[in-house]
Amino acid sequence: MIDQLSVFMENEPGRLTELCRAIGDAGVNMHALTIADTTDFGIVRIICDAPEKAALALKSVGYSARSTKVMAVAVPNEPGGLAALMDVLKGAGVNVEYAYCFATPDQRAVFVMKTTGGSGVAEALAAAGFEALQPKDVYSPDEL
Amino acid sequence: MYQPEIETMDRERLERLQLERLKPLLKRVYERIPFYHASFDEAGFDPEGLETLDDLRKAPFTVKQDLRDNYPFGMFAVPRDEVVRIHASSGTTGTATVVGYTQADLDAWSDCFARAVGRAHGTKDSTMQVAYGYGLFTGGLGAHMGGERFGATVVPMSTGNTKRQVNLMRDFDVDILACTPSYAMHIADTALEMGIDPATDLKVSGMICGAEPMSDELRRELEQKMGAQLIDIYGLSEVMGPGVACECELQDGLHLAEDHFIAEIVDPDTFEPVPDGQWGELVITTLSKECSPLIRYRTRDITRILPGECACGCTHRRIDRIRGRTDDMLIIRGVNVFPRQVEEVITAFPEVSAWYQLVVSTRGDLDAVDLNVEVVPEFDFDTVREVESLQRRIRAALKGNLQIAVNVRVVEPKTIERAESKQKRVIDLRKRG
Repeated sequence: MIDQLSVFMENEPGRLTELCRAIGDAGVNMHALTIADTTDFGIVRIICDAPEKAALALKSVGYSARSTKVMAVAVPNEPGGLAALMDVLKGAGVNVEYAYCFATPDQRAVFVMKTTGGSGVAEALAAAGFEALQPKDVYSPDEL
Repeated sequence: MYQPEIETMDRERLERLQLERLKPLLKRVYERIPFYHASFDEAGFDPEGLETLDDLRKAPFTVKQDLRDNYPFGMFAVPRDEVVRIHASSGTTGTATVVGYTQADLDAWSDCFARAVGRAHGTKDSTMQVAYGYGLFTGGLGAHMGGERFGATVVPMSTGNTKRQVNLMRDFDVDILACTPSYAMHIADTALEMGIDPATDLKVSGMICGAEPMSDELRRELEQKMGAQLIDIYGLSEVMGPGVACECELQDGLHLAEDHFIAEIVDPDTFEPVPDGQWGELVITTLSKECSPLIRYRTRDITRILPGECACGCTHRRIDRIRGRTDDMLIIRGVNVFPRQVEEVITAFPEVSAWYQLVVSTRGDLDAVDLNVEVVPEFDFDTVREVESLQRRIRAALKGNLQIAVNVRVVEPKTIERAESKQKRVIDLRKRG
């Protein structure tokens, strides 16, 4: 499991600019960003270095922000790579609440997802040859 | 207590004092204010025929429009050379209402507010910061005079410049804060942002807050944040200003200053007096005002008389905290709704703060109500579904309590505008026929 930074945000012009500025001012580098939007509000999900520190920095300037545990799996960056992963999840009875994907400079695709249900997911993934990533594989974790 | 001989006067003596003051008052307004001459005559009310306090019920009411019709000085009962101060309402909903004060009027008002300072545990060593607006609004100067009259040190800050307010509260060891509840909350939040915990880093032990409706939940939140007891004070500029009634430290109703005012509660539809304990519109008769006396003034504030004696020792009767105003009451699809009811519902949800705005508009032929409410920074969410579920749960609670459908929208922390004077909780965009 890795930590994802989640921010609750209204659908208003300029809000994302302010958010990115606040993260930048906290000295935090981002690796991936995705927005789930509804008519009124959005949830911004970010993979970044030091997610706990970023969440605290955002809260201190008035954002509703927190870090959330999500699963990150490396998939081969080739046709059918993700489909093979989904097969394994389906077999384990896992439901995917939300997911997104980004590529690392070393040609690996990282699949990030929030799942519910299922059992023996880690074992099923390992048996199928998938690697569940640790924080240090994806970003520079918070210093303890 | 600031004036124990008056505040604990036995009821019989108090009522005799009221009657002694009421008799000459009725005669005086009849002789000196043409409006009262005409209205008494029209109602067949004899200002000299009063035998008991109950006879006052035969007198006609005075309403805000009467004050507007007599703009600016038609309701003054003294010659202009005796008037030393004028206050006026904002006039946002019509002509301003003007109230004049003689020196004796200001003295009585100072005494009324000074009683609040005593009830907020003030001493002569106290330092009281006044963060009500100064000006034509009665809040600032009323609190100011009351603080000085009591013998406290007054810091006349008025509203605004909130960081400076916090710095001076710390530097001057301010122990009493007088302002609106929404501004007190803003001061507490600003202090926290500055890295100052008002509960431990400031010496505030009492707050005297009024001029706005306030739910129990908002009061508790404010008391906790500030680490201080909040004393609710009531008043209205037409009648005097803050100090007409005020809580004691037991916080179980507001003691009316019955040496200066007679209060009645009437049914807002029939205008008949209701028994103690029953809700209705507060009607006030001023007993000692020289310049702008009022007979049976309909305040439009909804409250009730709390029966029984208060354990604090004050014999003056208590009104309950103001539940709303007859003119704040929203009629939405035929249902009566007070903004405070909305506040009581949402403060039961820890995910959201007490900051909200209610927008009433017309969609098609129907009234539509939108509620914007801020989530707290600690709001624990991860998926869209969770946020939508929160909105649904608040909506269901409102439906259950108010019997109306409200479109709930949660918004980011600190995005609903903070007012420094009176918080605008309701925006009514409906077109009036």
